[in-house]
Formats: sequence, C-alpha cells, structure tokens
Amino acid sequence: MSEPAILLENVSKQYPLYHQISGGLKHFLFNLPESLRAVRNSQFEVLADISFEVRRGETFGIIGKNGSGKSTTLGLIAGVLTPTKGRVVTNGRISPLLELGGGFHHELTGRENIILSGVLLGLRRAEVLLKMEEIIEFTDIGDFIDQPIRVYSSGMLARLGFSMVATLDPEILLIDEILAVGDLNFQQKCMDRMMAFKKSGVTMVFVSHRMEDVLKMCDRVAWIEDHRIMCQGSAKEVVERYLEADRDQRAAISKQQSSESH
Amino acid sequence: MRDLTYYRDLIFVLTQKEIKVRYKNTVLGYFWSITNPLAFAFVFYIAFKIILRIQMEDYALFLIAGLFPWQWFANSINASPVVLLGNASLIKKVNFPRNIIPFAMVLQDMIHFVLSIPVIVLFMLIYHKTPSLSWIYGIPLLLFIQFLMTYGLCLIVSSANLFFRDIARFTDIFMTLLFYFTPIIYPETMIPKEYSWVYFAPASALMISWRNLFLNGSLDLNALAISFGYSLLSLVAGYMVFRRLSRKFAEVL
Repeated sequence: MSEPAILLENVSKQYPLYHQISGGLKHFLFNLPESLRAVRNSQFEVLADISFEVRRGETFGIIGKNGSGKSTTLGLIAGVLTPTKGRVVTNGRISPLLELGGGFHHELTGRENIILSGVLLGLRRAEVLLKMEEIIEFTDIGDFIDQPIRVYSSGMLARLGFSMVATLDPEILLIDEILAVGDLNFQQKCMDRMMAFKKSGVTMVFVSHRMEDVLKMCDRVAWIEDHRIMCQGSAKEVVERYLEADRDQRAAISKQQSSESH
Repeated sequence: MRDLTYYRDLIFVLTQKEIKVRYKNTVLGYFWSITNPLAFAFVFYIAFKIILRIQMEDYALFLIAGLFPWQWFANSINASPVVLLGNASLIKKVNFPRNIIPFAMVLQDMIHFVLSIPVIVLFMLIYHKTPSLSWIYGIPLLLFIQFLMTYGLCLIVSSANLFFRDIARFTDIFMTLLFYFTPIIYPETMIPKEYSWVYFAPASALMISWRNLFLNGSLDLNALAISFGYSLLSLVAGYMVFRRLSRKFAEVL
C-alpha cells in the first residue's frame, strides 16, 4: 500500500505551565532562581505515547471527553504544535478547520478573509480569486460577506470556515466540532459535502461528540481518554465501547448520588 | 509547494492585511504616516530653533529628512510586541512560516515611508534644493539596509513578547532613549568628542546616511558599512531567536 496520509508515532506532548512568566520580564528577573526552577519543573502532560495512522482516503474519528487531548492531537497534525517526543508525519496539503473562526482575522471582511486564509493554506492568490464566487455562494450569508467578521454570528463564522475548505479541494481535512453551531439546513449541507469528499478520496480527521455523525462518517475511530489512546479500531466497535463506558459511569454517578441522599 | 510564488502571495496578502487592519482605509493611513513626523518636526523646530536658537541653516528641512526614516523604524519596533498577538487566530490554526508576519508589518511601514518621500521633496523645493540623481541607487540601498535592521529587531521583540508580556514597556523606554542618542534633531558634528560613541548607536549611521542622501545626494561609505554591519547583526540574532521560539508560539498564545 502507499504511504499513510498521517502517521503519529509514540507522540507525547507536554506543555510547560507558563504561569511563572505571566508576571512579565520584570517579575522573572527579580525572582530569577525561583523562576528558572519553575520553568524546568512544571510540565503538564496533554498526550502520552499516542500512535495511530490514517490511510489515504480514510475518514478517521477522534472521540473522548473535553480536555482529553483531542484538539491538541489535531494541532499536532496541522503542524501548529510540535511534539515533545515521537514524530508526526503528514503527506498532503492540510486544511485545518479547528474551532470557530480559526485562521481568520476579525478586522477583515469575509471576502478578505477568504483570500487570506486561502493563501495561508498554501493556495495561489489567483486560484482563490477564481473560486471566490463559488465560496461566497456556499456560505449563503448574503451581504455580510463584505462586513468585518467580528460582526458575524457564530453560525455565520462556521459557514464561512466550512465553505472555505469545502471549496478549496483539500487533501487532508481536519474537522473539529464545526458542525455543532450551524443551523440544521447548513449542517445537512456540510454533511453532504463531507460525504462527497469521502467518496472522492479526501483524507479526513473528524473530531466530534455526536456519535451518530461519527458512525456515519468514520471508517476507524480512536478514543482518547486521560491523554492516552483507550482503544482504536472500526468506528462501530469503538463507539459502542465508548457509549458503554459512558453509561456505566453515569449509572455509577446516579447510584452514588442516590446513596448520598439517603 | 513552499516555492517563491507561495511566499510572494503570502507576503502580498499579509502586507495588504496589515495596511487594512491598521488603518481600515489606506488614504487616511497615508495621512497619518505623514502627520506624525511633521508634528514632531514642528515641536522640535519650536523648541530648538525658536527657543534655544540652535545655529543651523534650514533646520526644519534638516529635521524632516531625519524624522521620516526614523518614523518608519520607530513605528515598526513599537508595533512589534503586539504583531504576533494580533495574529493569534492565524498562528494557532494554520501552519505557515511565522516570520512572514513581522516581515509583512515592516514592509507595510516601509511602503508608508516610501510614499512619504514626496513630502520631503516638497520641503526641499521650499528651501530651494532639488533631488539628486544618486537617489536612484541610494534610496533602494538604504531601504534595504534599514529593512534588514528593523526586521531583525522586530523578530526578537515580537517573539520575546509572547513569553514576557511586558516587553512593550521596555521597548518604549529603549526607543525613547535611542531617539535622543541618534543624531536626528542635532547634527553629528555637534556631538562633543568625549561622547563620540553616540555615532555608533545602532541607528545613528543609518539615519545620518538618509539625511545626507536627501539633503546633499551624498553617501558615505563608512556610514554605510557601519549600518550594514548592524543590519546583519540584527538579522542573524533575530533569525536565531525567532527560530528557537517560534515552535512554541501556538502554546503560549
């Protein structure tokens, strides 16, 4: 088989806790020995020894609770973060669609942002201009396209963001919870477009809390819990185990609560 | 993918963005980039020519020829602490060469400076002086040297400020000191012997070169060599600091 589109090999990511320098340079210098010790010792582990591989044309899901490290994983794939240990290899142009309004500048209009973020994603300016009308049509936000995006609603931002990547022939698409804010009509439009991508062989990494979407979209899924991969495998299998664990946990909590109230 | 057209488009789009974000409107932006140094020239003229009675001919023109290039330098350095912060939403989401952001900002300030050169010419005509032919190679050369120097410093200041958010206060003080230690409002010939080190302050030789080029059309090789030395030093240091720190940008923004 050909090389994988995305490969993570024993990847760990630690953040230093930067609180010691938030006091600024003055504070840092006046408390130098203490500050240096703090920089060395306070590390926070976000991901520990993560390995997975996404094959070309595959849709790979990442599920898990808030704060388990899903977005950090996407950040590593996008190349915005560098791993502390291990290595991340990607083959193909990556279109990140992380959170709302990522890759946009809030003082620019929708139209200007399309050019800016298209070029940042590695396209020629001329190519973006050619596709401009198509992108604007897909957003379906009317005259707002010439307003600065700071006046956009979160739904409009999501529309702009998705239309951007949807129209620009992505090779690897990273999707982080983007669908949660659009209205039903637009969510449907996005799902249709992603299904079309899937058919045409675009590699996708899909982070979502909506298990029905994960089941519909993904071929394989990794479940990240407590900064590690709990399990990975076919979408159906992993989602079932995840939901089961979730049910068990909730049952345990309600049991505890009822015993406490007695 | 990362070829020259990619960089060209990236620089173009980001510089355009800087202009739009900073001024919202390019015509007004041009007005501001001229008003500021003119206002300073006016204040110094009153203070030194009228009140302290400095013995110099064409002092107003002298001031303007030095203040305009300084304005570019000062604008870029003073904006450096926030240039990466202001682009946090891009840096955190998309992987692209981060050094393009300060590059585009310095370029944008340079464009404003180039567009303000006609104002200098206007003042020269008022004082019965004319532009000289040496500007054709002199201006691009000095632009190049000043760009490298400013860009290098901007790389250091912008990246350091992400880790120590009070850097802006230090740059403010530093730039104020540097301004008075640079022969802009006084000629280098007035510097007393025991203070001749002022001539070697980072921006001195460069600002003197600009002024001499504008007023007499002359370029001094020694001054050029000194400025170019500082430029290279600034660029190399800036590049090294930026490269080291830029991997952590997305973590601290």
